[in-house]
Amino acid sequence: MLNANREPPPPAAGRAGMKKDLPEHFKDYHHVWVFIELERGQVHPVSFELLGEGRKLADKLGVQLAGVVLGPPGEASWHAVAEAFAYDADLVYIVEAPLLGDYRNEPFTKAMTDLVNTYKPEILLLGATMRGRDLAGSVATTLLTGLTADCTELDVDPDGSLAATRPTFGGSLLCTIYTLNCRPQMATVRPRVMALPQRVEKPVGRIVELKLSMVEDEIVTKVLGFLPDAQSAKANLAYADVVIAGGLGLGGAENLQLVTKLARALGAEYGCSRPLVQKGWMPAERQIGQTGKTIRPKLYIAAGISGAIQHRVGVEGADLIVAINTNPNAPIFDFAHVGIATDAIRFLPALTEAFTRRLSPHSRDKLAS
Amino acid sequence: MVEEKFDAIVIGAGMSGNAAAFTMASGGLKVLQLERGEYPGSKNVQGAIMYADMLEKIIPDFRDDAPVERHLIEQRFWMMDNTSHAGVHYRSDDFNEAKPNRYTIIRAQFDKWFSRKVREAGATVLCETTATELTHDTKGTVIGVRTDRGGEAILADVVVLAEGVNGLLGTRAGVREMPRPETVALAVKEMHFLPEGLIEQRFGLKGNEGCVIEAAGTISRGMTGLAFLYTNKESISLGIGCLVSDFAEKMESPYGLLDAFKNHPSVKPLIAGSEVKEYAAHLIPEGGYKAIPRLYGDGWVAVGDAAQLNNAVHREGSNLAMTSGRIAGEAIVQVKSRNLPTTRRNLALYEAMLNKSFVLKDLKKHKDMPALLHTNSNNFFMTYPKLISQAAQNFMRVDGTPKIDKERATTAAFISARSRWGLVSDAVRLAFAWR
Amino acid sequence: MHIVVCIKQVPDSAQIRVHPVTNTIMRQGVPTIINPYDLFALEEALRLRDADGGEVTVLTMGPPMAEDALRKALTYGADRAVLLTDRYFAGSDTLATSFALSQAIAKIGETFGPPDIVFTGKQTIDGDTAQVGPGIAKRLELMQLTYIAKIASIDLDAHEITVERRSESGTQMLKSKLPCLITVLEGINEIRRGSLQDALRAARSEIVTWSAADAGIDDLTKCGLRGSPTVVKRVFAPTGRAEKSVQIDTADKALRDLADELIAAIFTRQPALEHELACDGA
Ligand SMILES: Cc1cc2nc3c(=O)[nH]c(=O)nc-3n(C[C@H](O)[C@H](O)[C@H](O)COP(=O)(O)OP(=O)(O)OC[C@H]3O[C@@H](n4cnc5c(N)ncnc54)[C@H](O)[C@@H]3O)c2cc1C
Ligand SMILES: Cc1cc2nc3c(=O)[nH]c(=O)nc-3n(C[C@H](O)[C@H](O)[C@H](O)COP(=O)(O)OP(=O)(O)OC[C@H]3O[C@@H](n4cnc5c(N)ncnc54)[C@H](O)[C@@H]3O)c2cc1C
Ligand SMILES: Nc1ncnc2c1ncn2[C@@H]1O[C@H](COP(=O)(O)O)[C@@H](O)[C@H]1O
Repeated sequence: MLNANREPPPPAAGRAGMKKDLPEHFKDYHHVWVFIELERGQVHPVSFELLGEGRKLADKLGVQLAGVVLGPPGEASWHAVAEAFAYDADLVYIVEAPLLGDYRNEPFTKAMTDLVNTYKPEILLLGATMRGRDLAGSVATTLLTGLTADCTELDVDPDGSLAATRPTFGGSLLCTIYTLNCRPQMATVRPRVMALPQRVEKPVGRIVELKLSMVEDEIVTKVLGFLPDAQSAKANLAYADVVIAGGLGLGGAENLQLVTKLARALGAEYGCSRPLVQKGWMPAERQIGQTGKTIRPKLYIAAGISGAIQHRVGVEGADLIVAINTNPNAPIFDFAHVGIATDAIRFLPALTEAFTRRLSPHSRDKLAS
Repeated sequence: MVEEKFDAIVIGAGMSGNAAAFTMASGGLKVLQLERGEYPGSKNVQGAIMYADMLEKIIPDFRDDAPVERHLIEQRFWMMDNTSHAGVHYRSDDFNEAKPNRYTIIRAQFDKWFSRKVREAGATVLCETTATELTHDTKGTVIGVRTDRGGEAILADVVVLAEGVNGLLGTRAGVREMPRPETVALAVKEMHFLPEGLIEQRFGLKGNEGCVIEAAGTISRGMTGLAFLYTNKESISLGIGCLVSDFAEKMESPYGLLDAFKNHPSVKPLIAGSEVKEYAAHLIPEGGYKAIPRLYGDGWVAVGDAAQLNNAVHREGSNLAMTSGRIAGEAIVQVKSRNLPTTRRNLALYEAMLNKSFVLKDLKKHKDMPALLHTNSNNFFMTYPKLISQAAQNFMRVDGTPKIDKERATTAAFISARSRWGLVSDAVRLAFAWR
Repeated sequence: MHIVVCIKQVPDSAQIRVHPVTNTIMRQGVPTIINPYDLFALEEALRLRDADGGEVTVLTMGPPMAEDALRKALTYGADRAVLLTDRYFAGSDTLATSFALSQAIAKIGETFGPPDIVFTGKQTIDGDTAQVGPGIAKRLELMQLTYIAKIASIDLDAHEITVERRSESGTQMLKSKLPCLITVLEGINEIRRGSLQDALRAARSEIVTWSAADAGIDDLTKCGLRGSPTVVKRVFAPTGRAEKSVQIDTADKALRDLADELIAAIFTRQPALEHELACDGA
């Protein structure tokens, strides 16, 4: 453990009063940091989404927004640095080391905790990806600070503390969580929960480099290999512009093709509600909702999905939600923008056909003339 | 096959099974109880009424820790037509006694508590384990059960069938028939959640006081049936049940009836603003005394709903279940303590003891009621409720009609609907069946 | 081999109700279950034991009634169950939870032999943080292997383990050392039924029940509310959208017309979409 005086101080007269008096040694923790997640040369878009949120927090606090790049020496890392500035970071911290090529918990935790202990941020945000969650958990435990997972809203109170709001009880309620008396205040956010901000054209700002004080021999876990997912098989639901999903209302696996056909006609991705995954009709990566993917498409069409809260929380960010459900009282109609109470099994083919007709070049020509 | 052998295996952890297992384990027998649900009561989600006296005979100090909802201080009987109800209410502060007589309970919680008592008494309780068939020796004596855990079987001297009304074990083994549509009611019910204070306000209750409404009339659309509404602590259980054969004949849907009941102007305000949870449908044996199958045989006894021991007229079931379970348990303890084999002859003690209890006496008393209500269902559940409503309204409306004319009109309405003879015969038959 | 599996008893979130008027949680009658993700961890542990011998100890921190979850885990075939229960643990956040659990695991190690592997689920369905596993690993200085899709091999003599770990864009093959902490992905296996013999044994097993003191925890400031840097300040219901959905009237309409009407409704609201779709769709 790096710092013995990191131990949280004894609570002031019980925590019920929620007194926020920050111990002296945390008072020089400033600025908002965002972990820039780099995998195989690519920055995960969630990092940009977080820079967007981080910008707002930093502005409210009147502090700086920093990106944190942990990566191998070379182009990829510097590309990530440039990207961080393109999404409005004021400065970037970078730890460049061969050990930070493939993700492993040990060197990444070491790099991140060293950075925090040296440069003292007040807020540290990470994407709630597999890597982000793996790292956030060990960093927070090493630093003995609070970590709020899967936030859906981030804000700062007038007194400057981070108010992190997240779903609780399976999404049926929200709660706002504070980290008292410890710094940094850490939070993770799932991909696509926050909107992607605009790129800004501004010059590269200040870059702070730190050396990784660790050698390969100190690392127990070795990477034997990496098998990238085949591009074709991979569902890119989270970032698709149009998503068509089916639920139990489709009745049977044989009707899933109604969904995939419509998706194909629209160049869309397709997904499903959880029961379909449980029944083995679709792979887990196509599940949408609380325990699946969060999506934010321009158009979401849900066929035969009741709209349970766990599903709802995954799709609410969509610009336009269309629901097809036989039951006019289905909860999905409470949050869909356009609803149609009809049998999806009969309706979907007609819809596919109508879309194809409308979008075909021929009919567009007619429209134009 | 599991090596170990038990004195008794109890199938089911409902009211009757728990009573039997508790009694036998307390009596020093080595007892195994199997329950197919995830935990005892998981298949019995709804609220119900529990009768203290019968439980006291099993666990005298149950009030110390049993999860009861409200003790009943008020009972309302309603005759309903489509827009009204006429009723008898009885409410008494005497029911606020140190040891109240009736409570509302939520089965999921109550059964769990009861099961803990069974375990504390020394029985081994296995949940998520379904008994799939009785196993017999070459002479046809029941010697154990097979389970759905890898098809493994386990042995015991006696098997207590406490599997509820549609338990398949007994029917599959041929020790009783499948319940017939004319002898079982299908009840549907719902839990309506409301804040505690609101329930107390709507029913005029304080603290743990509770109220029950039982209703009959046009809501069952001419079928033999009853609707009910019980107040729990933070919820209201309500439902309606009719004979399965009636549903089939009239092509009515149980949920249609429940919907109509909930939307009845007398009921709607009582549950307004509630959140509905837990729809459930369940069968109730309603055949009465005449439908009771064999209660015991070589190596087995049947208790509770599995033996059709249910007093439909009084809406009592769990008390008969508890009592028959307890008595079966006591009889088996006696047989075993005298080192006798658990043969049909020796297990006859169970029926003999049951005959002396209120269980069979009550059922015998009302043995003609089910048939009477059934064959006359249209009169009892359509005609009379309507007539009573008209009469009451006629009586209450002050519109300048002389009272004597009003009375004449009421009498005429009754006679034209049922004829003088019909009225007398209905009354007489009802009185005899009740006697 | 000694394997410890951390399981948590959680309310079945599918059955949690929020009162429509008061927006409070209505707990009455909400059944509890073993956190579904933890069942994958338990089954994986049982499989390793069945293959290589050894023992599986399940551990939970929770109220006394969490015993039900442990008993169920025994029914599946676990060898031993430890319940860590004490009012000092009330209100723990993930940091305090991982502290208490790591102390209990250390005590389990002293009492029943040091574990080679500690399993946790990917995440819980109530806390849903996926933080407790990494927290335990860090505190016990175990190798941390999260999101494991497959345990490829274990060499007990060399204390080596190779696993397949999921990442956002593929699968990593990792070789690490025992003792380690593994969080498994859902779907990695299917929980077994458990034999009648296991069920009988489970029904009769004594659950090892430890207070904070029993588990050797003397610094109570690291437990429960006091040891939790985070506090929940406000719980509230999500605000619904103000406008209700526009319902397309379906009465007496041919499917084809309905479809056209729906498409028109979509493109009126998202005019840019028609062009985009026409370009890359169809
Ligand atoms: C811890 C936990 C996590 C969960 N996570 C998720 C999650 O991430 N994602 C998720 O989706 N769920 C999740 N769930 C499950 C969720 O609670 C619901 O059970 C699930 O979303 C329901 O799926 P469904 O809408 O397909 O099925 P149902 O609820 O059964 O609904 C089917 C719908 O189809 C309609 N229908 C029937 N026939 C037709 C027809 N011919 N045409 C049109 N409509 C028809 C019905 O009216 C009904 O509304 C989770 C649950 C739990 C407990
Ligand atoms: C709507 C409704 C309202 C009622 N209201 C009241 C009331 O207010 N007061 C009252 O006194 N009575 C009431 N009753 C009747 C009462 O619920 C029953 O009479 C009583 O529950 C019977 O108890 P039991 O133990 O015989 O059966 P059950 O309670 O049905 O228990 C049988 C148990 O056996 C288990 N089981 C079945 N088959 C197997 C198997 N093969 N292997 C393992 N386990 C098995 C089942 O899961 C179940 O837990 C009501 C009934 C209904 C339907
Ligand atoms: N109270 C607890 N007792 C035992 N294990 C727990 C407890 N809380 C969390 N865990 C374990 O940690 C995992 C991750 O939990 P969470 O961080 O809450 O998502 C769970 O899947 C469990 O295996």
